Amino acid sequence: MRKQPLFTLCPADRYLQSTVLHLLGCHGDSKADTPDVPPSTDNTPQCLNKALEGLSSRWKNWWIRGILSLTMITGFFLIIYLGPIMLIFVVMSIQIKCFHEIITIGYRVYHSYDLPWFRTLSWYFLICVNYFFYGETVADYFGALVQREEPLQFLVRYHRFISFAVYLAGFCMFVLSLVKKHYRLQFYMFAWTHVTLLIVVTQSHLVIQNLFEGMIWFIVPISIVICNDIMAYIFGFFFGRTPLIKLSPKKTWEGFIGGFFATVVLSFFFAYLLSQYQYFVCPVEYNSETNRFAVECEPSNLFMIQEYTLPAVVQNKTVNLYPFQIHSIALSTFASLIGPFGGFFASGFKRAFKIKDFADTIPGHGGIMDRFDCQYLMATFVHVYIASFIRGPNPSKVLQQLLVLQPEQQLGIFNTLRNHLRENGMLPPAVEEAQ
Amino acid sequence: FTHIACINYIYIFSSPCVYTLQEADGDDKLAFLCEGEGEIEGDSKADTPDVPPSTDNTPQCLNKALEGLSSRWKNWWIRGILSLTMITGFFLIIYLGPIMLIFVVMSIQIKCFHEIITIGYRVYHSYDLPWFRTLSWYFLICVNYFFYGETVADYFGALVQREEPLQFLVRYHRFISFAVYLAGFCMFVLSLVKKHYRLQFYMFAWTHVTLLIVVTQSHLVIQNLFEGMIWFIVPISIVICNDIMAYIFGFFFGRTPLIKLSPKKTWEGFIGGFFATVFAYLLSQYQYFVCPVEYNSETNRFAVECEPSNLFMIQEYTLPAVVQNAVRWKTVNLYPFQIHSIALSTFASLIGPFGGFFASGFKRAFKIKDFADTIPGHGGIMDRFDCQYLMATFVHVYIASFIRGPNPSKVLQQLLVLQPEQQLGIFNTLRNHLRENGMLPPAVEEAQ
Repeated sequence: MRKQPLFTLCPADRYLQSTVLHLLGCHGDSKADTPDVPPSTDNTPQCLNKALEGLSSRWKNWWIRGILSLTMITGFFLIIYLGPIMLIFVVMSIQIKCFHEIITIGYRVYHSYDLPWFRTLSWYFLICVNYFFYGETVADYFGALVQREEPLQFLVRYHRFISFAVYLAGFCMFVLSLVKKHYRLQFYMFAWTHVTLLIVVTQSHLVIQNLFEGMIWFIVPISIVICNDIMAYIFGFFFGRTPLIKLSPKKTWEGFIGGFFATVVLSFFFAYLLSQYQYFVCPVEYNSETNRFAVECEPSNLFMIQEYTLPAVVQNKTVNLYPFQIHSIALSTFASLIGPFGGFFASGFKRAFKIKDFADTIPGHGGIMDRFDCQYLMATFVHVYIASFIRGPNPSKVLQQLLVLQPEQQLGIFNTLRNHLRENGMLPPAVEEAQ
Repeated sequence: FTHIACINYIYIFSSPCVYTLQEADGDDKLAFLCEGEGEIEGDSKADTPDVPPSTDNTPQCLNKALEGLSSRWKNWWIRGILSLTMITGFFLIIYLGPIMLIFVVMSIQIKCFHEIITIGYRVYHSYDLPWFRTLSWYFLICVNYFFYGETVADYFGALVQREEPLQFLVRYHRFISFAVYLAGFCMFVLSLVKKHYRLQFYMFAWTHVTLLIVVTQSHLVIQNLFEGMIWFIVPISIVICNDIMAYIFGFFFGRTPLIKLSPKKTWEGFIGGFFATVFAYLLSQYQYFVCPVEYNSETNRFAVECEPSNLFMIQEYTLPAVVQNAVRWKTVNLYPFQIHSIALSTFASLIGPFGGFFASGFKRAFKIKDFADTIPGHGGIMDRFDCQYLMATFVHVYIASFIRGPNPSKVLQQLLVLQPEQQLGIFNTLRNHLRENGMLPPAVEEAQ
């Protein structure tokens, strides 16, 4: 049977189009490609609406955005005060909400609400990948706790196999759920789920690993991105003239460059402020006696004031800086120059699928994903930065791997290590021991 | 009425159709399309790929030799001859050694990637998307660089220590890989064109999912290879064996519909598993297959000489009482590896078909008969390797969980990078641990 289109309508024929739709009893727009753009719901609380009654629409929107921004930033500081466990919970709930938002967009685009099992499978894969990552984190950082509990030891030793088996079960369920009419849709949603998992879940776990390195590695990057957002908005509002990129017509070169300089300067001082407190600077350790997270330590060299001589060109003086502030300059440069690409990617995504915002969770701002799209690229960068320039591998993880080796291999490594330590002067030389 | 001019053609259908409004031509035109009782089909360009006319790649000599036979048997002979050719080629490459195997794995990976990306092009008619082909290959090179760098850092430790530029590349490997990937990401964002946003995002996702499936798993294959060539040969042989059994059963006993799991699959698995165990027995005797592939920095060659591990020494197993009464043997001499090969072949027969169904579903979803036409009678490279990928991942996870611990040289490398205080702490813990195990003389003696 030849499947030719019945007839095609030009864009100008909206009247004809709606008439035809009405005649045929169709509800809504085309089902397969254009998603329903939901009527913009106004989530603004009633009190705010009353307080801002008198203002014009433009200023009203500005005030709503401003108030919500302040609310979110205050909430951020409150959560930091509550400690690392609360932060981990918050990161996890944000991850789940972002995943939910992106999957919902996929549903709407493909009208796959009625695909068999699909929602179940998406959440199943989410749980599966989270289990894998949290298991790796627990094995790395909670080594002492794991040693005590027998069932945990078993789970940790065969962790990868168990995760793989759980994932395979999901894969097999997907294959069994393939329905003849919907093959392509189901493969699209499968790919959509996996790409979302790749973007959202892996990077939220990188955020948590940054957090364990020291809360400052969590707070400063997020603050840099927020600062860049706000500064670019302010500079663009007051000085904006030249558009930056077609994808985001509201962004301007003035905002971009002004935001860059403002962010570097502000984060420089913010890093100075935070480096003084142990609470932010120390790696988060799990204290197995008290069953709590402890943030007490001897701050590393990175957070001790050092003297830097300015280059002769500038002045012949020295300045006292935390080395971390130099790193914060690198981080803020990345956030200002490359971070916006994450935002452009999200804008392009929204235009491609014809949505205005990811969701309507936050009044004036859109969904959670709208606020966090630039953060993800930053989180990955910070993680790679730390791994490359700041610290080596985690000592307890190395020790764990050592203890799993064969005894002969352990002995070989022991001898090599002993020679290495003797060369470094950490151990008394061999001659004394032989006597 | 200017809009009348836009109506292109009207057909009267008498067959029952569900009319849906779909986008045509990727922009704002709407089209009424008929969804019949079959799969969702539409002539909108965005959805249906061109099914290319089946090209016949069979060499002329084969065609002449098989002239007289009927079409069904001719096809069988072509498939049979090509299968034998591929298996012979496989053994030849094994004989040539590990380096050749790595090259072959890499070229297969590139070909599979190319095949899947080409399907993506055809589905979305995105030949004219700006930069897209360049970006796909760029991401492929990028991810390969990342994985090969990790492998080189792990296994070629001695070589790396000697060369200065290599040391720099290894130390900052993750950062360099990330920077290279980011450059590709930024190029993608800059290449977004207003009319083609959705297509470009689709192709971006298509590329990444393909990379995830094809490239990561080919690197797992290479890591299995380094563990010992037997861990590469036996899984591949198991899958090939299952395939051949499945084909023979299907040819002689009719076809089972997609996704219907039938008892025939279990029989094929059982017989395939039997052959695999015999094959594993044969291979376990040779050092060439059993030893981990090591890079010898003096001779600059790969060496496969070692003391075979316990896994490859014959051990006596007492049969369970039930079997003893049946077979009247008390014990049996086996390589422990054969027990593992039973586990591997069980996986291949139970879960492997799901990988095959996944690929079949994919082909049906995008209305293609084969991934490509590279191998006459078989289709593309991807057709031959779709079941292998799941197997490679499973073997890797299996080895990591049950066979070996972490790589000692990698652990040593990590140790040497730590701070001296941390090294001292680990040294003391390790010394106590070794003393408890009796590998070192106890502390009392040293204090004297």
